[in-house]
Amino acid sequence: MDIHEYQAKDILSGYGVKIAEGGLAYSPEDAVQRAREIGGHIWAVKAQIHSGARGKAGGIKICKTHDEVEAAAEAILGKRLVTHQTGPAGKVCSRLYVEAGTDIVKELYFCFLVDRSSERIVMVGSAQGGMEIEELAANNPDAITKIYIEPAVGLQDFQAREMAFALGLDFEIMSHAVKTIKGCYSALRALDVSMLEINPLVVTRSGELLALDAKMGFDDNALFRQLKISELRDKTQEDPREMAAADRGLSYVGLEGDIGCMINGAGLAMATMDMIKLAGGEPANFLDVGGGASAERTEKAFRLVLADKGVKAMLVNIFAGINRCDWIAEGVVQAVRKIDMKVPLIVRLSGTNVEEGRRIIAESGLPIITAETLAEAAEKAVQARNEVVAKEAALEI
Amino acid sequence: MAIFINETTRIIVQGFTGKIGSFHAQDMINYGSNVVGGITPGKGGQTHLGLPVFNTVKEAVNEVGAEASIIFVPPAFAADSIMEAADAGIKYCVAITDGIPTQDMMTVKNFLRRFPEDKRMILTGPNCAGTISPGRAMLGIMPGHIYMQGNVGIVGRSGTLGYEAADQMKRLGIGISSSVGIGGDPINGSSHRDILEKFEQDSETKVILMIGEIGGPQEVEAGFYAQAHMSKPVIAYIAGLTAPEGRRMGHAGAIISSAEEGAAEKVAILRELGVVICPTPAAMGETVAAVLAKM
Repeated sequence: MDIHEYQAKDILSGYGVKIAEGGLAYSPEDAVQRAREIGGHIWAVKAQIHSGARGKAGGIKICKTHDEVEAAAEAILGKRLVTHQTGPAGKVCSRLYVEAGTDIVKELYFCFLVDRSSERIVMVGSAQGGMEIEELAANNPDAITKIYIEPAVGLQDFQAREMAFALGLDFEIMSHAVKTIKGCYSALRALDVSMLEINPLVVTRSGELLALDAKMGFDDNALFRQLKISELRDKTQEDPREMAAADRGLSYVGLEGDIGCMINGAGLAMATMDMIKLAGGEPANFLDVGGGASAERTEKAFRLVLADKGVKAMLVNIFAGINRCDWIAEGVVQAVRKIDMKVPLIVRLSGTNVEEGRRIIAESGLPIITAETLAEAAEKAVQARNEVVAKEAALEI
Repeated sequence: MAIFINETTRIIVQGFTGKIGSFHAQDMINYGSNVVGGITPGKGGQTHLGLPVFNTVKEAVNEVGAEASIIFVPPAFAADSIMEAADAGIKYCVAITDGIPTQDMMTVKNFLRRFPEDKRMILTGPNCAGTISPGRAMLGIMPGHIYMQGNVGIVGRSGTLGYEAADQMKRLGIGISSSVGIGGDPINGSSHRDILEKFEQDSETKVILMIGEIGGPQEVEAGFYAQAHMSKPVIAYIAGLTAPEGRRMGHAGAIISSAEEGAAEKVAILRELGVVICPTPAAMGETVAAVLAKM
């Protein structure tokens, strides 16, 4: 789960990380009021969306008067911002963070994340901060310092110092830098953070070390013990279909194609999507119904897939282990009857009680296309989809 | 031989008396696994499914000689149960539980590394379907009847895709020595490489099918291992050639992960390392058959 910049800053400041003075605004009037409260002559008006690279998308504006703050807020609020991290659909901005302008001397990059290879937390930093960090990682990996943290003893002072020196910080602010770095690590361990990024971390003219931006992502598996963090969830920043699926215990990702899918297990789901593509089709979604797929859950999954009006055919591929094919078959038959399906349905069942499952489908009298193998299922789905498209084209003529 | 488990392996179930634990314990017993008891703290001394219940894993090791364990404990307590098994001297543990926090798994891995290698418990999972040595023993939640006994080792992240592979092979009359699920979590007990090493040492296994996925460095690492240290052919299928790039926040992931994590990149590297590639998920059985035919 991701949170907004202002929420991350609020958390980190509680762990000794310095941030610029700022406040949250939901309207242009709010934004001006925040600017007044902060005082000074320069402010940053920042779109609060779950994405980086907001500046490039027009989501961050530097303002020198209250009128400019108002105009900036007007321009950003309600806008759909598209960055390379949001995907083409973009994300709508409904909150602003108004922050005191900072006199920057140096911009640095700093983050913590879980490294899968070493199975440890790794701290990553670079003296060359700012927006082009991914390019830097690819072209000049030596400019990036990585320090791995032994989980049993945690981050040590010498490691924090090593990072501070690698970031090119002066010895005068060393103790503050160590406090900032260790504060981030404490937050990470205490709150089950899976990713914490400060980009940029800046040195100000007055010699302070400030987190100018902050992103935090949390381990979804640990939210059961991080109730305060769970409350920070902003559902407007998440795909509504994915949210609806998650609420029903399903794992769904919407895609660009037109063959709807319902599959059990993430690996088999990916493999089935690969097969559809190889057969010349495009999957409309990834949907893992998981282990205990009851008739009720099957129906919910059907509704979710068919809510996408672009779907021209639907493929169900279930390899029953804990599940039983007869239960799945009953669920499918029930769902088709209740929903009044308009598109062709291809069902491939395998595993526990497969004969019984196939019998239920066959005796239902419904126009369900069945397949025995994965390859056959994908081919029949693509063929059915093509027939639907051809029929539609004929009708238009 | 097979790896990790056979018909004599003395198995206990942690989370024995719960609904899920009971169901799968019975299923494993029906398959022929040598289940000797289970653990549910507070219910020690009772009998469940005709077998003794213990309060601690240590008691089970002392009293019924438990060697292997399977974990059905809920996510919040699963890491603790894994460490208890390791501390009690269990040799092999399968964690079925899905949803264990990542930091808990870091603690578990760190805990396991404290033991000298000859006393260190081997963990597979979490978030996996378990391990089966067909015809001998099942330590998992898979449908046992789809596996035929034979000479092909299977290692994979996904449960149902592993079933698909076993089913394709059975249709072609090809059997399996052991099939091991390593689970889909970012931090897991054993990697693809660890399991390849076990299959290389197993006299019964002739070839290995590795079923990988997009994301993470493990498949490529296993490919390098196979090239340098293995005499047996390794066949691989990597799922997710068409999967969308994961949406993410910030740049952190892109910096730490290399270009080796996409499915197409993994396939290219593995092919270069001499791994036989299954072009499609429907061709896992045929590809294994073709490799076996040449031996």
